[in-house]
Amino acid sequence: MSKQIQKLEEVTIRFAGDSGDGMQLTGSQFSNTSGAFGNDVNTFPDYPSEIRAPEGTLYGVSAYQVHFGSKPVSTPGNQIDILIAMNASSLKVNLAALKKNGIIIANTAGFGDKNLKLAKYESNPLTDDSLKSFQLFAIDINTMVSEILKETKLSPKNIDRTKNLFALGLMYWLFGLPLDTTEKWLKTKFKKKQDILDANLAVLKAGHAYGEIREDFAIRYEVSSAKLKKGTYRNITGNEAAAIGLVVAAKKANLPLFLGSYPITPATEILHFISGYKKYGVKHLQGEDEIAGICSAIGASFGGNLAATTTSGPGLSLKVEAMGLAVILELPLVIINVQRGGPSTGLPTKPEQSDLLMAMFGRHGEAPMPILAADSASDCFDMTFEAARIALKYMTPVIMLSDGYLAQGTNPWRVTKLEDLPDISVNFATDPETFQPYKRDPETLARMWAIPGIEGLEHRIGGLEKEDVTGLVSMEAKNHEKMVKLRAEKVERIANDIPEATIDGPEEGDILVLGWGSTRGAIEEAIEKVRSEGNVISYCHLKYLNPFPRNLEKILSSFKRIIVPELNNGQLSWMIQAKFLIKVHGLNKIQGTPMNAHEVENKLNELLNQ
Amino acid sequence: MHSLVDDIVVKQHVGTLEYTPKDFKAGIDVRWCAGCGGYSILAQTQRVVATLGIPREKLAFISGIGCSSRFPYYMNVYGVHSMHGRALPIASGLKTARPDLSIWVATGDGDCMSIGGNHLIHACRRNINLNVMMFNNEVYSLTKGQYSPTSQPGQITKSSPLGVLDNPFNPAALVLGSGASFVARTIDGDGKHMQYLMERAAKHNGFSFIEIYTNCPIFNDGAFDFFAQKSLRSDKTIVLEHGKPMIFGTNNDKGIKLDGFTPTVVSLSDGSNSADDLLVHNEKDTTLAFILANMTYHHELPRPMGIFQAIDIKTYEDATTAQIEHYTSLPDAYDYDKLLRGEDCWEIE
Repeated sequence: MSKQIQKLEEVTIRFAGDSGDGMQLTGSQFSNTSGAFGNDVNTFPDYPSEIRAPEGTLYGVSAYQVHFGSKPVSTPGNQIDILIAMNASSLKVNLAALKKNGIIIANTAGFGDKNLKLAKYESNPLTDDSLKSFQLFAIDINTMVSEILKETKLSPKNIDRTKNLFALGLMYWLFGLPLDTTEKWLKTKFKKKQDILDANLAVLKAGHAYGEIREDFAIRYEVSSAKLKKGTYRNITGNEAAAIGLVVAAKKANLPLFLGSYPITPATEILHFISGYKKYGVKHLQGEDEIAGICSAIGASFGGNLAATTTSGPGLSLKVEAMGLAVILELPLVIINVQRGGPSTGLPTKPEQSDLLMAMFGRHGEAPMPILAADSASDCFDMTFEAARIALKYMTPVIMLSDGYLAQGTNPWRVTKLEDLPDISVNFATDPETFQPYKRDPETLARMWAIPGIEGLEHRIGGLEKEDVTGLVSMEAKNHEKMVKLRAEKVERIANDIPEATIDGPEEGDILVLGWGSTRGAIEEAIEKVRSEGNVISYCHLKYLNPFPRNLEKILSSFKRIIVPELNNGQLSWMIQAKFLIKVHGLNKIQGTPMNAHEVENKLNELLNQ
Repeated sequence: MHSLVDDIVVKQHVGTLEYTPKDFKAGIDVRWCAGCGGYSILAQTQRVVATLGIPREKLAFISGIGCSSRFPYYMNVYGVHSMHGRALPIASGLKTARPDLSIWVATGDGDCMSIGGNHLIHACRRNINLNVMMFNNEVYSLTKGQYSPTSQPGQITKSSPLGVLDNPFNPAALVLGSGASFVARTIDGDGKHMQYLMERAAKHNGFSFIEIYTNCPIFNDGAFDFFAQKSLRSDKTIVLEHGKPMIFGTNNDKGIKLDGFTPTVVSLSDGSNSADDLLVHNEKDTTLAFILANMTYHHELPRPMGIFQAIDIKTYEDATTAQIEHYTSLPDAYDYDKLLRGEDCWEIE
């Protein structure tokens, strides 16, 4: 029986199961396949902070959401079209996000009495009619895979582990996607374990075949490829993009790269990646703490390396004294802060944008520092590269803000070639005749970088205030004020060296949405929706938070109402109001989840109806 | 990878390498108190570095905060005066990035063992080739006289007006336990001995820790007199010398003998023991190093001075360099486009 094929513009799938069920892997494989097929894809992993939470529990549910389409998709999706629930808890936790009449693929083996009790279900939702407003497909995946692999010598545990690939194969069938991307990946991963490779391949194919056989799967779906610009693409997480950004920036500056870091969620993968990049000559030191992370980077920077440190909120708190030292030393340093829910340990695995004011002001003394923010996973590459450029040109520490959503979510990235990236210039001092440690470039106000090893440039720098030009220790009153203002002016002048902010939509009018960071996708999607209903909205998204783009004040003054959506209690709102004395409307979400297009849309409609 | 750093620092040193101590004077006033032990340490350092054959531009002095940490300002080489307790991680980053440099750390008992204690134990463990001079004056001086992690029980200070209640660190034992490969001790007043230790530390490929008893004439004057003043020194201290029996005393009439694992003082003049019966120092013996370090606060025993341990183990920066050399010799080394493309890329036509 041939099945009906229905065309869709976009689909959101959520793979959900126990933390040990391999849902992250399943989701990332699906997104790679969908990307390779030519769809635009955006993903978001959602997993517990426990490594292996007790099996079957509500808090042990791990999920991976994939939003893919034939049109540009810039968020992980608002509501779920298809929920794969490997057990009762994963159904319970995720059902609220499922669209009415959405599809549930449930593994019945995960709905035994014990699972139901752990999920706090009184009766089995798969049989008690409570899911009748959805399309339910109940499959005993455990029995299926046991049957498929009964001839093998694999242990029951290893057989059980293949069940995610059954679900993945079924999804490939449902969307007419090829198996080859995942097959190729499996062959590399299990190169040395032929029996496990064979089992996984068999189960993947069986899941695919199952869709064809099972009669109540009457409809298959097709999401055509998106009209993406020609080129080479890959899916990339923000953390990997940031890591590569550092390596490539160092290459373009013709400098060695040094990373000093300490493990912290959700920034740790940057350290993982960089520590594996020895074949690019990269050095790293995993410090004994966050302070050692940044201090070792300052030492490497004094030695002429492109130096970086990576962290998340609590770690940034520990680094602030050293950030102040980097400001007064005027040494280049890239600080990547992957924001998570705070304060304190807060929500370690969940995104938030609540370190903006800390990045801006979280130091003792007058210690301004440039702040950049990436607005998509792949943009973490561009903004890290840009942070390195600014740090090296202006001899200053620079903060690049990412967050837990960008860090671990993915989007297809049109890969840049090394030769297409600009060189980064570095201003090393080499001439003992003219060298003065704190003599400045008249345009940028940057001092020169004088690294050990050059005869005649021997000099001392330190945390004590120093005399203008000579860099000698100075406690002189007027000199201190001058130096404070010079360091501030240096950061301000960066505004002349960054792009002006751009407006999507009319350049003046009633409503301007002003966003920053990871909310871009949700804002774009919401604006598209509201515009399609005949409304006029303008939109400006900031990637430079300090200094602001030089035309920002003019932009803001051209609109009657400014709305600032952000994942915090109003930090950009505060900065805008304080700096420009302009009243703004905040849309503040502080729930540990990314901004959702519906939330922005509702806020816009509320303003439009006022 | 050849980089701009190689381009600019690789240039041959053109000046003389025949230095005098004066070449290392920074030409600014030294602002320690009169009678501070720091003056001796600065003078010995300038004498020693002049003889090492290391170009001046290859020397870097890193410090934290405290009286000792003003040191880099007084040395005409590269230097960073950083933050309280953080000299070691800064120096560690610099050495990892620039193994070609000779890096020295000037620190104190508070800076190094209290606020910087965590960094100290990990720098020891990594065995980064740094030369650490810890000025131990058993008090916080720059903050005007509070007790430090090496202050002695009962010591009266501004923050212990009724006597210190905590027990002190035994610095030599602490760094030995943390894996330091070169551990030594000297005192400000013994310039020749200090020079010898500095020279040995400079030539040691690994983490070198020299504890220097440093008199603070203002806040802890005479703290070391009970064993170190001239009239008592030969009876109350013992100088460790590799391969030599452990003899001390004004007339070289006493020695150290092991009773089980416990060092005891024996007489060489009453006929009961000869030099052949004594413990022989061995810098390579890591067990002995602990036994000797543990003599430190033992009032029945002479205070050991000299090199407790000097062993060769791989340094962090050498291990880093070796790993990089290996991986950069592989066929896909420096393939940045491959890094950018990743493993699972696809083409859109």
